[in-house]
Amino acid sequence: MGRLTTELCGITLDNPIIPASGTFGYGYEFAQLYDINMLGTFSFKGTTKDPRFGNPTPRIAECAGGMLNAVGLQNPGVEKVIQEELPKLKEVFHKPVMANVSGFSVDDYVYTSRRLDQEEQVGWLEINISCPNVHGGGMSFGTDPDCAYEVIHAVREAVTKPVIAKLSPNVTDIIAIAKACEAAGADAISLINTMLGMRINLRTGKPLLANVTGGLSGPAVFPVALRMVYQTARAVNIPVVGMGGVTSAEDVLEMMMAGAAAVEVGAANLVNPYACQKIIEDLPTVMDRYGIKHLTDIIGIAGKE
Amino acid sequence: MKQRILTVTEMRQLTPDVFEMKLTGIEDASILPGQFVNLSISNLFLRRPISVCDANGNELKLVYRVVGEGTERLRQYKAQDTVDVLVELGNGYDLTRSGEQPLLIGGGVGVPPLYYLARTLIGQGKQVTAILGFNKAEECFYEEEFQKLGVKTIVTTVDGSYGQKGFVTDALPEVYSYFYACGPMPMMKALYQKTTTSGEFSLEERMGCGFGACMGCSIQTKNGPKRVCKEGPVFRKEDLLWDD
Repeated sequence: MGRLTTELCGITLDNPIIPASGTFGYGYEFAQLYDINMLGTFSFKGTTKDPRFGNPTPRIAECAGGMLNAVGLQNPGVEKVIQEELPKLKEVFHKPVMANVSGFSVDDYVYTSRRLDQEEQVGWLEINISCPNVHGGGMSFGTDPDCAYEVIHAVREAVTKPVIAKLSPNVTDIIAIAKACEAAGADAISLINTMLGMRINLRTGKPLLANVTGGLSGPAVFPVALRMVYQTARAVNIPVVGMGGVTSAEDVLEMMMAGAAAVEVGAANLVNPYACQKIIEDLPTVMDRYGIKHLTDIIGIAGKE
Repeated sequence: MKQRILTVTEMRQLTPDVFEMKLTGIEDASILPGQFVNLSISNLFLRRPISVCDANGNELKLVYRVVGEGTERLRQYKAQDTVDVLVELGNGYDLTRSGEQPLLIGGGVGVPPLYYLARTLIGQGKQVTAILGFNKAEECFYEEEFQKLGVKTIVTTVDGSYGQKGFVTDALPEVYSYFYACGPMPMMKALYQKTTTSGEFSLEERMGCGFGACMGCSIQTKNGPKRVCKEGPVFRKEDLLWDD
């Protein structure tokens, strides 16, 4: 067992670093830059039952310490993902991959999850009940404990692989949602998805994003994400995957100290395509600096007496 | 895509808000006409995509207009400053389709990427014509640079204060084999209607990553959704849904 080795729902990860869904496509753009097999795993682009183009452009805006996106779950649909994307992925990535699933009804989530559950490469199903950029689905499932329970329970019943509920920070009580997911049978919780925000174009006086609002990510959200990971990890007895503004090996340690068993890296990949490689390479040195022998030793220490 | 740390060698002001920046250090990167680079600018989270005006040996030339915070900061760079740049982004123009008498049409800061294209086509022995469109005399740039390459260069200004009065569409020659266009959307849509041959348009869109990962810059085409940063920024006339 290496110093960075961790475990997520019974699957060993060589290290806890997982590029987050929507920032890593299906992996090939990055596979041309470095060997993505060095990653713990990665969560591929959010997949829905039917193909989606997503929202009109502009879909991207910037702010101090981060960015807003309103892509709106653009993806070719689950059948094309299985027929075209996964075979290509298999050539460049040889570890279990995290399948990110989104939907607009419980049936959608169940259908897509079931299809991806049958794929050998898929190690986990990360159920996105927290997309802020689609209407009549996505985040609306993740902001009400009963709805969250219903979706996660239905998916859990339908699949064999570990189910990770990906939660939204756009709630008043994250613990209530997390506990509902745990009660529904979730094998792990991942959080946070992006925070709802907006920008206005000063020249036109109108919202900068065509969708009006978008999801905030990047270093600006890190303290909020850390707080929610901390609260959630103390409230549930299943692993928590922490994400939100993670940019450095130091951020990874903080997330793990807050209670994360693994850490997803999102927006950082978009500005530095080598971000995850660098974090993995930096981890041993940064661990030495703080006297950490093994990463699993620090999971949740911030909340322990 | 490659990452390079480039060094600024020269900054030159071309018009009140258009600047030319020369950088060195692209090394073995093979940058094609019509591709763009994505620059990391200090204290800004997202990189800034800028079209390549020229790439020659170790040198990269960028021409940009100051339109916001990113380009304003870029304007303040000085010789010897270093910039983290992702290069070889996007598809670039298809030179195999140019024919013998290609027409290049640029509007405003759509002109720069056509310079590298013009230089390459001239190098292949083509008879190149360029129409460079601007609003008024004080906004004009690069006429002489195109002429020096041996390009038949026509400048238009909307107010007639320099060159031929009118829009680029008023200056289209009778005969050309193919066209390459880059400029503001109204200009490109007018060209889409008025050009008589096939051709290519270089598009602009707000981008997240610039290398195909985030789906921030997608457009609908006749062949499905395409990423401006990856399958583009150059799209064939036949692929665009601009008929309305």
